[in-house]
Amino acid sequence: MTLETTLDEIDRRIVLATQSGLPLEPQPYHAVARQVGIPAEEVMARMRRMLESGMIRRIGVVPNHYALGYKANGMTVWDVPDERVDELGEKVGALEFVSHCYQRPRHLPDWPYNFFAMVHGHDRGEVEELVRRIAELIGAADRGHEILYSTRILKKTGLRIGG
Amino acid sequence: MDELDRAIINELQGGFPVCDHPFAEVAARLYTTEQELISRVDLLLKGGILSRFGPMYHAERMGGSLSLAAMKIPDSDFERVAQIVNAIPEVAHNYARDHALSMWFVLATETPRQHAAALERIERETGYPVYDMPKIKEYFIGLKLAA
Repeated sequence: MTLETTLDEIDRRIVLATQSGLPLEPQPYHAVARQVGIPAEEVMARMRRMLESGMIRRIGVVPNHYALGYKANGMTVWDVPDERVDELGEKVGALEFVSHCYQRPRHLPDWPYNFFAMVHGHDRGEVEELVRRIAELIGAADRGHEILYSTRILKKTGLRIGG
Repeated sequence: MDELDRAIINELQGGFPVCDHPFAEVAARLYTTEQELISRVDLLLKGGILSRFGPMYHAERMGGSLSLAAMKIPDSDFERVAQIVNAIPEVAHNYARDHALSMWFVLATETPRQHAAALERIERETGYPVYDMPKIKEYFIGLKLAA
């Protein structure tokens, strides 16, 4: 998979037509095709290609965590040895309750954490229990961790590219 | 939400087909009709149970830049800074978190240059340093929340 894959003008028009969502009608890709001005077959072929190349992660729904009862969303941050972060990232990312998992740079001395995992639970007690499971998995490589709960959503618009 | 709504949410977190009649294909799997599925997804979106339906684009693979950043903002200045940061179009998400680093936002830009420019602008307009935390590596994205 290449990271240098770029969008051509038609891909870009498809992205613009679909980035806020697919039309809710029996033939959504045909509706996109009419908007973009190309055949539906070409829209579908290009979207399949974007799925294969990873430009589209997936097509589907994103539930609102809060509405499904997952009211405690903890960003857990960990200080682990750099040489072990890949191995631990794979293990922690495989846990069913972890949604995002990244290595990020430290900002010493204020911010010693280099590993992030988002954990979703119905309440803080459940998140803390899940964090204990992560801590057990990480074992002695856990040199410190914190849970940062979101207290307020200040803005949420999602990714948009310009027209 | 009834059983069918839950089944729809669980099924569609896993993927939506690319074909001539995708709703009909998914509806058949869920023992419902195309029209019922479409109207349920519409209602779940309108009711805020679903926040999106469609393709999830991967910013970096499209040549874009997506980065997490944080700032230490004292409570007394929080609202002023939130207004400035939220007004920047490149800021896709912004959250208050219970930590000394109290404001966490995601910058979505089409080029690394726009990313750097947005960070500079935020530092200049707010007067606070930004802790830029671009991902070095991604291990997993995605989660199936049981509805």
